[in-house]
Amino acid sequence: MIPTWWPVALSALLFGIGLFGLLSRRNAIAILMCIELMLNAANINLVAFSRAVTPQMLTGQVFAIFVMAIAAAEAAVGLAIVIALYRNRERIVVDEVDLLRW
Amino acid sequence: MLELTPLIPALPLAGSALIACFGGRLPGQGSYPAIATLAAGWLIALGILGQTLAHGAHPPHWERSIVWAPTGDTVLRMGLALDGLGLAMLLVVTTVSLLVHIYSVGYMHGDPRYPRFFSFLQLFSASMLMLVLADNLLLLYISWELVGLSSYLLIGFWFQKPEAMRAAKKAFIVTRLGDIGLFLGLLTLFNAVGSVAFQDIFAAVDAQLATTTVSFALPLIGKVVWPLAAVAAILIFFGAMGKSAQFPLHVWLPDAMEGPTPVSALIHAATMVAAGVYLVARMYPVFHYTDHGSLALTFVAGVGAVTALMAATIGLVMNDIKRVLAYSTVSQLGYMMMGLGVGGYTAGMFHLFTHAFFKAGLFLGSGSVIHGTGTQDIREMGGLARRMPQTYWTFVLATAALAGIFPFAGFWSKDEILLDAWLNMRWVFYVGLAGGVLTAFYMGRLVIKTFLGEPRQPDIHAHESPAVMTTPLWILGFLSITAGLINTPWNPVFHHYVSFAQAEAPPFSLAIAAAGTAAAILGLAGALAVYRWELVSASTLRRMFRPLYVLFSNKWYVDEILYALLVKPLFSVCRAAFAFDRWIVDGLVNLVGWTGLVLSRIQGWLDRWVVDGLVNAVGYAVRGAGWLLTRLQTGLAQTNVLLAFAGLVALVWLLVYR
Repeated sequence: MIPTWWPVALSALLFGIGLFGLLSRRNAIAILMCIELMLNAANINLVAFSRAVTPQMLTGQVFAIFVMAIAAAEAAVGLAIVIALYRNRERIVVDEVDLLRW
Repeated sequence: MLELTPLIPALPLAGSALIACFGGRLPGQGSYPAIATLAAGWLIALGILGQTLAHGAHPPHWERSIVWAPTGDTVLRMGLALDGLGLAMLLVVTTVSLLVHIYSVGYMHGDPRYPRFFSFLQLFSASMLMLVLADNLLLLYISWELVGLSSYLLIGFWFQKPEAMRAAKKAFIVTRLGDIGLFLGLLTLFNAVGSVAFQDIFAAVDAQLATTTVSFALPLIGKVVWPLAAVAAILIFFGAMGKSAQFPLHVWLPDAMEGPTPVSALIHAATMVAAGVYLVARMYPVFHYTDHGSLALTFVAGVGAVTALMAATIGLVMNDIKRVLAYSTVSQLGYMMMGLGVGGYTAGMFHLFTHAFFKAGLFLGSGSVIHGTGTQDIREMGGLARRMPQTYWTFVLATAALAGIFPFAGFWSKDEILLDAWLNMRWVFYVGLAGGVLTAFYMGRLVIKTFLGEPRQPDIHAHESPAVMTTPLWILGFLSITAGLINTPWNPVFHHYVSFAQAEAPPFSLAIAAAGTAAAILGLAGALAVYRWELVSASTLRRMFRPLYVLFSNKWYVDEILYALLVKPLFSVCRAAFAFDRWIVDGLVNLVGWTGLVLSRIQGWLDRWVVDGLVNAVGYAVRGAGWLLTRLQTGLAQTNVLLAFAGLVALVWLLVYR
């Protein structure tokens, strides 16, 4: 059995990549993809700790399934926003979407 | 008829107000209603006289009063009263005033302020009538001041002339000087008696005023102890000296000639100067507090004698027709005071009565002359008798009356004064006799220079005055002859009405009458000798009596002495007061203002820089902080996420390592 820190390290790496992408990318699609990355990093963590702490129960795995369902919903909403944005501006660069500014 | 008495002063008073308000729109520009009010008053007075004559010539007794301003325990009563003295005055005032009103219609014709003139005349008459009818000293004082006010208004009627303005001011201020005395006398009596009603004052004379003595120091004489009555009477007499132009307060009267001539007639005959004599007569019980040697009456007689003689000497050398008459009035007023002072109560008032008519006649006559020639200087006149015969003859009648020729009005009244003087104060008799000579002389001079001889100014084209002016002259000329007949030795009607303590008139003395007539004839003969027959030329006389001439023509320097004694010190006081006001009072005020200014500057600076500074500092701080915070609000989702993550990291760091 592989040691627990391997998947945790993988999860941390994925989360870092996702976070970096989320903060640095200008393309809205890329940002959505990065969010997916961060969610899945969390899923890996859930599954890994579930296997390590309570191997008899499937709590973590079930929770991961829920997260994936929510991620799908989130992607649907996010993509809808991106499409709406594209229809309005013909660009999906998030730097230009600053209407919330003072 | 008696119940109509209040109307006599009320009608002219209402007329004055009416003319003042609606002047130009009334019939005759206000002159007709004015004449009507006085005619009504005159008729009422005549009616009262007729009624009393029909009932045995007993003087009327009528009074009505109301409670006036009750304050605490003091209840003042104000009211009107009519007795014999009042009735005589009413007749004089209404008659002369009525004639002056009628005469003014012609004299003031074409004056731009015609209605105003009549309004003032009405006020003048109304206040004099109220003065005569007052039943207490306070109402008398009020009317007294109203008389003073209206004389001021009328003397200064042609106020565009600076001399008229000055004369009006002088008349007002000089009489005010005497009024101070009257007011002090009023206060003295009120303080002693507790009432201003004549009845109460007279009732207290014997028991209280004559016996109470006051001691005080007089300049030049030292400490004296006088009865209260004498003090009060002399104080009141100061008022009479002002109004009746007694030495040394006579200076205003000749200057008052600057007013229109009808006003002069009114002032000199009926209203203004008569008030002082009337006041002494009205307050006679106080003056006559003792039967023997009343100080107050001696004072009155002395002042009267000095005035009579001095004014007559000045009258000798004046060249202005109205000024000669003015000094004549002053002199005759002195006669009246002499008469009252020597105990001739009836005689003094009788002279006031007759004098009113012939002096009014003389003044209106002089007005007619001025109207006809356009000058007042008798040196420029002469020969007017042919041009203005009506004026001339009435003038001569009045002159004869003034000089005291038998049987003209002045003879009877002067004779009575001389008689009383002979019996009571011998020296006054001689003064009166000397005054009689002088009076006849200056009046003779006036008539000769004005009306006789040849015209001295060829370019003056004299013309007779209109009937509206000559009719009053004839009426007054007639009265100059007849007015004396009401108090002849064999028929003393006047004495029934106006007498003090019912004393019998002193028996007629042929010697005295002869002396008086001789004095008058002597004076007239002297005038004729100098100015008509020119036995001695006037210029020779002037050279011979040079010092006297200078003294007389400078009016005995009374004006100058008064100026040096009263006016100049007053001016210095005024200047000192002005300097005090200017530098001390104004300085203090300015200091206060300046201090306020400096304080407010400091306060303004503090407000601007400290208070506002603090407020602004708060504002700037908030704005700066806000500016800093807005930098965070980029509106970019990524920034928000970054900050949220940074916050999360910080929270975790806090939870784990603290």
